[in-house]
Amino acid sequence: MADPIGFLVRSRCVGTAAIIYASDYLNKVGGERIERECKRQLESGCQTLVIDFHGTELVNSIGISILLGVIDVAEKNGAQVIFSDVNSQTAQLFEMLGLTRYVALAKDEQEALSSLAEFIPSTRNNGH
Amino acid sequence: MELPTQKLIHTFGALADLGQEITDSSDMSEMLLTSLRLLLGAQGIRRGAIFEYLTEEGFLRLVAARGVASGFLDTLNLDDSGKQAFLDRGLMALFPEYVTSVKARLPDSLAYFTEIGSSFGIQLLIPMTVRGELVGVVLLGAKATDQRFSDEECEIIFSMARHIGVGIHTHRLLEQVAQRAEENRRLYEDLRTIYRDTVRAFAAAIDIKDKYTQGHSERVGKYSEIIARELGWTEEEVEGIAIAGYLHDIGKLVVERDIINAPYRIDAKASNELNRHPAAGFEILSPIHHPYTDIPLMAKYHHERLDGRGYPEGLTGDQIPEGAKIVSLADSFDAMTTDRPYRRRRSLEDVIQDFRDNAGKQFAPDVVIALCRALLKELNGESKERRILRLLGKNYFEPETIIPLLKELIAELNSEVTAAASTAD
Repeated sequence: MADPIGFLVRSRCVGTAAIIYASDYLNKVGGERIERECKRQLESGCQTLVIDFHGTELVNSIGISILLGVIDVAEKNGAQVIFSDVNSQTAQLFEMLGLTRYVALAKDEQEALSSLAEFIPSTRNNGH
Repeated sequence: MELPTQKLIHTFGALADLGQEITDSSDMSEMLLTSLRLLLGAQGIRRGAIFEYLTEEGFLRLVAARGVASGFLDTLNLDDSGKQAFLDRGLMALFPEYVTSVKARLPDSLAYFTEIGSSFGIQLLIPMTVRGELVGVVLLGAKATDQRFSDEECEIIFSMARHIGVGIHTHRLLEQVAQRAEENRRLYEDLRTIYRDTVRAFAAAIDIKDKYTQGHSERVGKYSEIIARELGWTEEEVEGIAIAGYLHDIGKLVVERDIINAPYRIDAKASNELNRHPAAGFEILSPIHHPYTDIPLMAKYHHERLDGRGYPEGLTGDQIPEGAKIVSLADSFDAMTTDRPYRRRRSLEDVIQDFRDNAGKQFAPDVVIALCRALLKELNGESKERRILRLLGKNYFEPETIIPLLKELIAELNSEVTAAASTAD
């Protein structure tokens, strides 16, 4: 489905894991989209959320707050969260603010998926 | 311990975003939730809430929350000593092990907050003050790092909370201004209603004096309103012309009742006396501060004619105010379509012929077109309101006969108006 004004978050499911692709600037607007998509994936039974930061240059305070909220919701649902492909500056920020105590960092999306205990190689794409 | 540079930059960004949010947001709830997120995200705090302090009620009301468990408190009582503690101490820790500074420890008057802290994972209480007044309190949980809050972090948090307090204060002021504006608007509406009711009462008083034309002023008001709306006047102007219609004959109050009610054509002397009424109306209406412009002039000139044969001043064409031209046609239309002591009302075919004969002489053609068009719209169903038809009453005319006559007259007058405009160019 076309998304000319960028309201959709790109995501895909790999077994019981969902990979959600963050935008270039994780602020209020981008963060809320990620949050909604994470909640949707958790509600549909997802066990692992992989948030991929490949295209993310910057994460601001609201973005941090939203990611902490995602961690909270995932914990309540018994799901794990992995951040993949985080640039070094953002990784330092996550470390400094304590996010890395609750999430694992992976070099890229492939490493994130490989680290999962149960890997089911069926894929489907989503555009929500 | 000094804050690392990267954290300072991150916090600085949060402060900039907070300032912008407080300035730009028109929705207080949205502003507070975003501000709370900024504060939590700046320090890596997982949960927090903002309570607004309601001075008159003497309690704190939850206005934003993030990450707190369900069942979190909606309100918190705050007595005078508790309020004073917030004002005196500033940021306070519910549990001393979470802050480095001793002065931030909780006084006895706020000891009950420790239970809240234990139940919901809250560690810090931060008052929001503006000009020495408590406007609210921010409650914050632990840092995601689980480390103690440093003095510098406490200062930053306190500073951000003060910003949020200013935001609450500003929104409250704006709400008060909006409330006052709404009260003024209602008051103004009430005054307009009183004014309109007063005008209606005057119109009834005018019409009572003339036993043969009861309801004339009100009908002229309504016809004038319909014509002005058809001509594309603004709602404010339409209201004004309706008032002018209601009051156009107010000068008759100073004319002897016998002359007004004469059941025959009056002589020249009586006619002169009767013709005083537009000027007398102007004198009556001029000292009044009407909420609409030119009402006295519309009363004064509603018997003027385009060809200069009207009264009281014999004005011609553009010298006559547009509003007076409308009231003039509405007045004549009602006079022709209602019974008088010395004659029955004329047929609508006859009235349309009168318009044809007198457009450009007595009546302004564009005004005649507007009245005919409004009537035509009612007859062909284009207009849902049937205001003219209601005023004319049932069984007065056959629509099948009148519709072609109206169309013909509109077409004729439109050509004349267009030709006159091109000649003027």
